[in-house]
Amino acid sequence: MISTYGMAAILIYLVCSPFVASILSGVDRVVTARMQGRRGPSVMQAWWDLLKLFGKESTSVNDIQKILVAAHCFFAVFSGAIFFGGGDLLLVFFSLTMAEVFLILAAYSVNAAYSEIGAQRELLQMMAYEPMLLLTSVGFYLSTGSFAVSDIIRTDIPLICKMPGFFIGLCFILVIKLRKSPFDLATSHHAHQEIIKGLTGDLSGRIYGVSELAELYEEILMLGMAGLFFITSDPVSIVWALIAVAVVMFAMSLIDNVFPRVKWELLLRYSWLVTFFAGGTNLMVLLLQAKGL
Amino acid sequence: MLYLAFLIIFPFVVAAVLMCIKTDSVLRTAVVVSGAAAEIVAAVFFSVAHKAWVPPVSYAYLSHTGNIDKLIAVCEVLLMLLVFSQAIRFRKYYILLLSALGTIPVLWLDVTGAGESTSAHIYVDSLTVIMVLVVGIVGSLICIYAVGYIKDYHSHHTDVKDRSGYFLAMLFVFMGAMMGLISSNNLSWMYFFWEITSVCSFLLIGYSRTQEAVTNSFRALWMNLLGGCGFMAAILFSVLIVETHDLMGLLKFYKIPEIMVFPVSMLAFAAITKSAQMPFSRWLLGAMVAPTPTSALLHSATMVKAGVYLLLRLSPMMYGTLPGIMVTAIGGFTFFAASLLAISVSDGKKILAYSTISNLGLITATAGCGVKSAMWAGIMLLIFHAVTKSVMFMSVGAYENSTGSRDVEDMHGMIVRIPKLAFVMTIGIFGMSVVPLGMCVAKWAALRGFIDSGNAYLVMFLCFGSASTLFYWVKWLGKIFSVSKDSVRQEDRVRKTEWTAIYPLTFTAVALCFVYPFISSSVLVPYINNAAFAGEGAVFEASITTGDYILMGIMIVCMCLLPVAMRIVNIKQDRRVLSYMSGFNTGDDRSFYDSRGERVQQHLSNWYMQDIFGEKKILVPSLVISATFILIMMSLSAVGGLFI
Repeated sequence: MISTYGMAAILIYLVCSPFVASILSGVDRVVTARMQGRRGPSVMQAWWDLLKLFGKESTSVNDIQKILVAAHCFFAVFSGAIFFGGGDLLLVFFSLTMAEVFLILAAYSVNAAYSEIGAQRELLQMMAYEPMLLLTSVGFYLSTGSFAVSDIIRTDIPLICKMPGFFIGLCFILVIKLRKSPFDLATSHHAHQEIIKGLTGDLSGRIYGVSELAELYEEILMLGMAGLFFITSDPVSIVWALIAVAVVMFAMSLIDNVFPRVKWELLLRYSWLVTFFAGGTNLMVLLLQAKGL
Repeated sequence: MLYLAFLIIFPFVVAAVLMCIKTDSVLRTAVVVSGAAAEIVAAVFFSVAHKAWVPPVSYAYLSHTGNIDKLIAVCEVLLMLLVFSQAIRFRKYYILLLSALGTIPVLWLDVTGAGESTSAHIYVDSLTVIMVLVVGIVGSLICIYAVGYIKDYHSHHTDVKDRSGYFLAMLFVFMGAMMGLISSNNLSWMYFFWEITSVCSFLLIGYSRTQEAVTNSFRALWMNLLGGCGFMAAILFSVLIVETHDLMGLLKFYKIPEIMVFPVSMLAFAAITKSAQMPFSRWLLGAMVAPTPTSALLHSATMVKAGVYLLLRLSPMMYGTLPGIMVTAIGGFTFFAASLLAISVSDGKKILAYSTISNLGLITATAGCGVKSAMWAGIMLLIFHAVTKSVMFMSVGAYENSTGSRDVEDMHGMIVRIPKLAFVMTIGIFGMSVVPLGMCVAKWAALRGFIDSGNAYLVMFLCFGSASTLFYWVKWLGKIFSVSKDSVRQEDRVRKTEWTAIYPLTFTAVALCFVYPFISSSVLVPYINNAAFAGEGAVFEASITTGDYILMGIMIVCMCLLPVAMRIVNIKQDRRVLSYMSGFNTGDDRSFYDSRGERVQQHLSNWYMQDIFGEKKILVPSLVISATFILIMMSLSAVGGLFI
């Protein structure tokens, strides 16, 4: 069912993701600092922060918070494992949705104003990015005839050539998924206001650490999805994919620094419009091709 | 045949008995429970005994039906007179026209003998068996639920005259009519049962006889009678011009010839009204005023399912045809628009109503595609929706009877206050919205079906629609989980008969998630390949592979383990802290100090975003768009069918 390569990839994903993702976020912070004319923290800062969280006492507001956050983490890791194991893209997407649902429920369960606002905002963000994620999977299916990642990477030409519209759309919602301004409505990386950090506002200590860990895994998964546009059957393409992902990361930092945060109405409108036009047009083209026109 | 006759006739007998028992008594409860139990047993025996679930086996019965036809003609007249009397009583004279228009031509066929048919009147195949099981099991359990519910209903609504014997009788009539509808092959017979369900739902919606109930019941009636007229036109056309009297006769025209465009469009139109697709969605929303068992029955196992059942039957003829385009576009649009509308309402039953309309839209769209994978998804959606939606309606009804409100905002912290009911509701919501469970798996298959049929707009509708669907379900779920500190458990006032219905259905909803791969491989896939599409086209295999099933199985098991895991991690309890309120928490987690240092109770509410998704904003434009579209398509098919 799963190939040896798949197993190895899952293992690497499980072991290395937290470290790699925290380094990436460290680099991101340095780049951001340089853009703002500051020196910035050490590249390792995010990693030390994570370790520190796990050294703390875990406190909670109620009985179910902890288990919901744990479920969130489990399903986030699970979806990444399906992806890197070469599984079905739709299943990845659904499992990721489930992970999000558990995090939102954890915030709801606290029954406090900021948490609940955060939960609603996160829900809204989900509503904003879900259509594009789903559509991207459809795009991969139409271009390669399969939803399975293991089949998709066997393509001869990089899929970016067939699905540029989807790539634009995906990058657009990556801003939301990677929690970057202007679309970081529910939990920003710049934790300076209660409302935009409400979702995790009532998580503390080790439990917060678990939610951070889940985010790191999710980040690697999202970057993997961006990389999927560049991978082909030729092993050298991995290098190209890594370069592409690095460019995407840099673009995200730039966007993060250039734009102020938008209101949720704008977020919803923009992301649906981009999904509709960029994703929709590309979808039409692919469907017409599939019909042999 | 014996079982089937029992399944159809027995509910009418039970109904007659119930009409005689005016007051609430142990006897009545016993009659309802034993009647419903007998129906379930018969449904199960029927499906096992006939082996019709092994496709492509099918059975056809009753080629000669002289006396039964006469009986049906008499009943049709009685039905029309009943509608007439109600219409005159409430001065809704346009109903007279619609009812006469729908009934008299068919009567004329009967009287002149033109409608006499010597082909089988009853037809049983895998789809019939699936429907019999859905209607028999879900419908019967709803009847059992109704016994306890209606008692509470009358103790809360003392202004409504207690006609509960009549109410329960109508539920059984409904079920009998539904059984008749799904097993009829002869179009006139099907139409007869079709009209019974229309009239029956009218009577049930108007049960409380308040002004609102009367208005809404007549709205349901005229919309369904209008659909009935479409059905009648289809019958006239096929009997007089195509010279076929039965559904299977129509279906043998695989790859629809031009002459068939008109009757199929008309049947599709009737199905669209019955399944409350836009622009006819408003009757189902209005049906909310009726006692909850009515809604549960209308929304889950019967009525609206009759429409999509007919569409699924016609599905193999639909690919790339005019009615196919009409059905897919209306279905896809309804799925999307209704899911947006559901965001803006907080009344639990109204959310469920919009969700039903939306999900039926999806089934309608899959039927209209006319490809095998879409049909697979449509049937799966139908099964899952029937079970899950009935669970949802019953738990909302039970909640309303226990607390006096069915507003989602009032379900705050339900998981602590009424844990058993909250648990059931959580399973229901997960089943409706989150993936490895029922509805979403079928939605996944629907997506593949839409891609296979090459409908870009359907793919878009599905992507956007499922995002908004998730939004309104999860915020509901959030309310249930949002627990105020030191909430206490309330007394469980849910009646025993209600639990008798809720538990088995919830169990079925969960069990279905594990057994549907077997239903798919042993029934659906062979049925679709060999029977529905008569072996034409490429062989279809279920689009979800074994590996996917295993992964989803893992996910479901993990979810089931959550409550257990919670016990384990909480053995050593963490230090408890107060929730964050910018440091102004008064210490009880329920209130805070405001800027003047006064204690203020916090009140948390969900987002409804009326300005964007409100009914005022979206409902009228969607109705106008869909009405225009359906008008254009119907005129096209009428012109094409009648003059070319």
